[in-house]
Amino acid sequence: MAELTIKERRQIQRHPMLAQEPAERRTNFSEVALGYRLEQAIAEANRCLSCKKPPCVAGCPVEVDIPDFIVALRNGDLDESLRILKSKNSLPAICGRVCPQETQCEIVCVLAKKAEPVAIGRLERFIADWDLERGAETPAVAAPTGRKVAIIGAGPAGLTCAADLAKAGHKVTVFEALHDPGGVLVYGIPEFRLPKDVVFAEVGCLERMGVEFVSDAVIGKLYTIDELLDEKGYDAVFIGSGAGLPSFLRVPGVNYNGVMSANEFLTRVNLMKGYQFPEYDTPVKVGRKVAVIGAGNVAMDAARSALRLGHLWAERTGGEPTVVHIVYRRSPAEVPARAEEVHHAGEEGVIFDFLTNPVELYGDENGNLCGMRCIRMELGEPDDSGRRRPIPIEGSEFDMDVDVVVVALGTSPNPLVFHNADELERTKWGTVKVVDETTGLTTKDRVWAGGDVVTGAATVISAMGAGKSAATDIHRFLMDSDR
Amino acid sequence: MYEILEKVAFSDVTTMLVVKAPEVARKAQAGEFVIVRIDDKGERIPLTIADFDREAGTITIILQEVGKSTLQMGAMQVGDAFANFVGPLGHATEIEKLGSVVCVGGGVGIAPIYPIARALKNGGNHVISIIGARDKDLLFWEDKMREASHELVVCTDDGSYGRKALVTAPLKEILEERGDEIKRVWAIGPGIMMKFVALTTEPFGVKTIVSLNTIMVDGTGMCGGCRVQLKEGAKFVCVDGPEFDAHQVDWELLLARQRFYEEEEQRALEHYRSLLQVETAQS
Ligand SMILES: Cc1cc2nc3c(=O)[nH]c(=O)nc-3n(C[C@H](O)[C@H](O)[C@H](O)COP(=O)(O)OP(=O)(O)OC[C@H]3O[C@@H](n4cnc5c(N)ncnc54)[C@H](O)[C@@H]3O)c2cc1C
Ligand SMILES: Cc1cc2nc3c(=O)[nH]c(=O)nc-3n(C[C@H](O)[C@H](O)[C@H](O)COP(=O)(O)OP(=O)(O)OC[C@H]3O[C@@H](n4cnc5c(N)ncnc54)[C@H](O)[C@@H]3O)c2cc1C
Ligand code: SF4
Ligand code: SF4
Ligand code: FES
Repeated sequence: MAELTIKERRQIQRHPMLAQEPAERRTNFSEVALGYRLEQAIAEANRCLSCKKPPCVAGCPVEVDIPDFIVALRNGDLDESLRILKSKNSLPAICGRVCPQETQCEIVCVLAKKAEPVAIGRLERFIADWDLERGAETPAVAAPTGRKVAIIGAGPAGLTCAADLAKAGHKVTVFEALHDPGGVLVYGIPEFRLPKDVVFAEVGCLERMGVEFVSDAVIGKLYTIDELLDEKGYDAVFIGSGAGLPSFLRVPGVNYNGVMSANEFLTRVNLMKGYQFPEYDTPVKVGRKVAVIGAGNVAMDAARSALRLGHLWAERTGGEPTVVHIVYRRSPAEVPARAEEVHHAGEEGVIFDFLTNPVELYGDENGNLCGMRCIRMELGEPDDSGRRRPIPIEGSEFDMDVDVVVVALGTSPNPLVFHNADELERTKWGTVKVVDETTGLTTKDRVWAGGDVVTGAATVISAMGAGKSAATDIHRFLMDSDR
Repeated sequence: MYEILEKVAFSDVTTMLVVKAPEVARKAQAGEFVIVRIDDKGERIPLTIADFDREAGTITIILQEVGKSTLQMGAMQVGDAFANFVGPLGHATEIEKLGSVVCVGGGVGIAPIYPIARALKNGGNHVISIIGARDKDLLFWEDKMREASHELVVCTDDGSYGRKALVTAPLKEILEERGDEIKRVWAIGPGIMMKFVALTTEPFGVKTIVSLNTIMVDGTGMCGGCRVQLKEGAKFVCVDGPEFDAHQVDWELLLARQRFYEEEEQRALEHYRSLLQVETAQS
């Protein structure tokens, strides 16, 4: 077959990805987006113009060689495509699913100027899933160096750092506080967006590379950072403990039963598999009228989970499905969540209340939440964040009938890990201060940090990028013969 | 996996397990707790470290069978193992030399009060202890508590052993007789007992420490499910506690929060019982 011309490539429409229908998917926790088949992937790959100076690469925080992996894919050389992809991104099956592509690699694709961009994320997912299906190839590992590194936290930052250091031949141990590795990927992001088997397959690959995982290990309690360095004999430590501390609403009534952080709600649903209660032991409250406060990715995940729990409940009992609201104090233009997630939530039946803010929560005589007073807002002048400041409209208060409120208003780093590590300086936001942003070196000797614990809540791919650059610097440090 | 090395049934519903967890034992202190999970489907259950042996590498836990998970744990045998055993969590009890102190343990709360009483006695305090339970069968560790205390009062709600009284009755008498001498009170037991201990000691102005047992998930400050309302604001029991000044606690809210999952707990229990029936029918 002759090569397609640029004009021909430009004429191909972006290929939609198969997905479960909204009415069906809101009654289960299975994955919504079903991925491309080989023919679709090749057809989509044919849209890429193989730009000489590809802007898409610069849009990716880890600079995946996008045109190269796409060309290999369309030539049918999936092995080569995977190799190119994995040389920059060790967790492509995850990134292909959860990266905010529309603000990173895809937004700058040259096609985006006139038409829709190449579906880079979907192609990435296709290659990675193909690899997982055949049992995932284990990357080659260099000869042992005799050096030991401790990684704190098994989220994307820690996993990426572990992978690169293991490849370089170092002995790596990952200490994780929870019982399963994955960080937000397993406790926060729901199964219907990121199947846990995908995460565990990636972890399995690291295990085959010789990385040791120690679960139930809360650093700061079980061992301090100093103990890891001085008593346990680790040559270096990487902190990738994320930003797991929830913020609560500052209004009266937040401690009534039924008001919970998104972390609690999502952990019960995802990590503990609360949606399979009572086959799994951990319960999660299925509200009849749920309000999720906030409009980030976390809020969308909470709202869509609540909706599914409600439909499962209705199927079991014959009752009315749960009504789920997103309550957000700004307007649709300021919504921080990925466009696709907002779209999916709307399709599934989540109701959006914009320019609305809670002012008080009410409880009944048993201490159970039974209502929420809100106030309408209007947008004023731009604030520090550059977004227009929401201002309450006097006298516009009204009451909402709710029995569950999930608070998704952001998180900050959990200080537990810093116990007895005074040399480790932190910022006023509680994040770790790094002396060199390109390496993640902290103010404490032999200790690096990266991911949400440094930046505050951000993205999977930026956490991975930080894990990767720290690994490069840790490797340099470990191999430095003068140290 | 964390193996059970020893099992002692104190009563039909109270069981002691000695679990192999050397790394946890290395760090354990009185007042701290662990979170355990039986298997891959299990809930994360907080339990106080009732005792520890650093050399043997073991942690002793005592559980009262109140629902699905604790029932299932009660049925575990020597050689069985927990899938997960996280700890030590929370803050250790602050042991100072104060003078005379009272330690109150109610029901399964006798387990966690024991290492505290022992540490206070070793720390040079005069320790008066009160232990109580609904009936004789639910009492345990009378001998250990006697050893860890200078004076010991034993009571049961129904009078089947010791004095027929709630723990607050002897506590009130002690405070009336020698209130000036008593420098501090520790109380651990069911929420309702701790609430009434707080109400009993408040008029005497004696600082009272309780160890709260809210519902938890992670035990590391990540979910906020364990939060308690104090006069100074909300705190997380798992990382800020579990010990708090009893006179600061909003008890009504605390007791209400413990009841939040009543309906689901009942369903879990029924599900477990039905599974057990299937098992017995098959064997
Ligand atoms: C609900 C939700 C949805 C999201 N959706 C998206 C999305 O669609 N796309 C996207 O790009 N990003 C998304 N994010 C953000 C993204 O998940 C995070 O930015 C990313 O996971 C940060 O990675 P990390 O490795 O720094 O930390 P984490 O993923 O938070 O992992 C940190 C790990 O460290 C462990 N840990 C913490 N303290 C200790 C300790 N003391 N000892 C041992 N272990 C410890 C934690 O248990 C955890 O496993 C979402 C976040 C949430 C909460
Ligand atoms: C820091 C801490 C230390 C604890 N130490 C011990 C201990 O040493 N020994 C022990 O037996 N228990 C202890 N508990 C309580 C124990 O965690 C609960 O009894 C257990 O989680 C119940 O689980 P279940 O599935 O068996 O019962 P569920 O089905 O969850 O509950 C059954 C009944 O127990 C009540 N209940 C549920 N959770 C709690 C709770 N957290 N506290 C009190 N009542 C509850 C419910 O209201 C219900 O009536 C402790 C709790 C905390 C937070
Ligand atoms: S890793 Fe994320 S940003 Fe980079 S190419 Fe893949 S989908 Fe795009
Ligand atoms: S910018 Fe778009 S068309 Fe150009 S190489 Fe990247 S993906 Fe292909
Ligand atoms: S148990 Fe989750 S914060 Fe305390």
